Amino acid sequence: MAEGTKKPFSVREIREQFPALRQTVYGKNLIYFDNGATSQKPQVVLDAINRYYSKDNANIHRGVHFMSQKATTEFEEARIAIQKYLNAKKSEEIIFTKGTTDSINLVAFSYGELLKEGDEILITTMEHHSNIVPWQMLCERKKLVLKVAPINKKGELIEEEFDKLLSNRTKLVSVTHISNTLGTINPVKELAKKTHAVGAKILVDGAQSIQHMKVDVRDLDCDFYVFSSHKVFGPTGIGVLYGKEDLLDRMPPYQGGGDMISKVTFERTTYNELPHKFEAGTPHIAGGICLGEAIRFLNALDMDAIQRHEKELAHYAQDMLDTFEGVRIIGEAKQKTSVVSFVVDKIHPFDIGTLLDKQGIAVRTGHHCTQPLMDFFKIPGTVRASFAFYNTKEEIDTFIAAVEKSISILK
Amino acid sequence: MNINEKQQEIIDEFAIYDDWMEKYEYIIELGKELEAFPEDKRTDDRLIDGCQSRVWLSTEIENGNMHFRADSDAIITKGIIGLLIRVLNDETPETVAKTDLFFINEIGLQEHLSPTRANGLLSMVKRMKMDALKASVDAAKN
Ligand SMILES: Cc1ncc(COP(=O)(O)O)c(C=O)c1O
Repeated sequence: MAEGTKKPFSVREIREQFPALRQTVYGKNLIYFDNGATSQKPQVVLDAINRYYSKDNANIHRGVHFMSQKATTEFEEARIAIQKYLNAKKSEEIIFTKGTTDSINLVAFSYGELLKEGDEILITTMEHHSNIVPWQMLCERKKLVLKVAPINKKGELIEEEFDKLLSNRTKLVSVTHISNTLGTINPVKELAKKTHAVGAKILVDGAQSIQHMKVDVRDLDCDFYVFSSHKVFGPTGIGVLYGKEDLLDRMPPYQGGGDMISKVTFERTTYNELPHKFEAGTPHIAGGICLGEAIRFLNALDMDAIQRHEKELAHYAQDMLDTFEGVRIIGEAKQKTSVVSFVVDKIHPFDIGTLLDKQGIAVRTGHHCTQPLMDFFKIPGTVRASFAFYNTKEEIDTFIAAVEKSISILK
Repeated sequence: MNINEKQQEIIDEFAIYDDWMEKYEYIIELGKELEAFPEDKRTDDRLIDGCQSRVWLSTEIENGNMHFRADSDAIITKGIIGLLIRVLNDETPETVAKTDLFFINEIGLQEHLSPTRANGLLSMVKRMKMDALKASVDAAKN
């Protein structure tokens, strides 16, 4: 869609499209600030789920009949919508997976097969467990070395240290685009350049970025980009691995089964071409189609306006929290998205989270699957409010009052 | 007062609160009043690690009855511990092992003892019951 055709952004109008936001919990209007964990779904996605199972349900890529053809077409159109949204060169470069975690495991297994003893994988301190553990497993399996680039107290990657750890032994850099705990935006385009200069590949964990900013994989020049549908307004159980075609071509299949084969005999099996080589078995067809719907929904929005709105929300919340005695914001990177993580002196995050819940506010507390990062900050966890474009300043006012009340009760 | 009367007493106490926040304010008060946990008992074998909060449990037998002491780094968890201890302490091992803790559901705190809420409380109750079971087996032997 051309830039000019985008509708002007209006929070009120957007909210109306998300039925889950219109409910009360414990007798209070729900305030949903747990978007980092998962997003709510717009009506168009809910309708697509209903339509698919009511009318179009059939297995794909194997049927001669009408419904199978239709489901196949819709599934492949979703792939193309995602390709265009990410500005990938070809739709074959879009692999459907179960989600971010699954995508990273696919790369860790399959790209990992191309690596040999002593090769190095480089990650950062702020990675999600999903971008740590698969590499640890790979390192054990293939006797590789895992290196971790450190961050500073503000929660920013220390680039000089990253540079020092990068060498011709590095074969893959795997880094989050945006930290789910801190909101830090990593300079992945720059990191890709540096990575390529030593002949290595770079995987960008986009779980927290695609819903907050325009992502252009060719502009970033990343070799892999991964994300989960459920965090970008689509259904759970489906996600994407983008990979450059020549690289995916060189990688062996991850799982064996139907759909991923070209010809099977008991002596020898040949594999299907991209993207099917990496999509063994019946995929999450409804999921793929509805993710396509979510991406079309996103594509019709003015992303610049959304980013401004989300930034404003985060600044507003952070500025107010900053005035509370004993509150410390965790993650103060210069480049940051709409995540506000904080701790309160002598009060456990779990206690604040529980009291906020009873006031109708959904936040997340704990380590957010980033335990090494919590160790770095020497805290057991944080309270995290993560905003989406459908959140409002009024909700933040209510949230701030609720935090204040919770602290006064807990003190 | 027997163990079920103690549970009923707690249910009655909570019945006066119709607002969730008031209920929690009371639990937090109980948490603040919980008997201090002896520092020499804060050892790793007494630690029950939950995903969210951590719990320490020390079990002793006093005059043939169970005597639990426990602590947590989260105050709400501590408040619920206070309630559990009030119900279970000074009861015989058999009673502790076989009692159904119905008051938890009645006062609406079951979410804190669900297997999906990893705050260590469910594991703590399981360990309390195991300790009681062991004590009753030991008592039968003697
Ligand atoms: C940065 C980051 N990476 C990876 C993941 C894992 O995503 P999923 O659980 O959808 O596979 C998450 C989700 O919490 C995340 O925030």
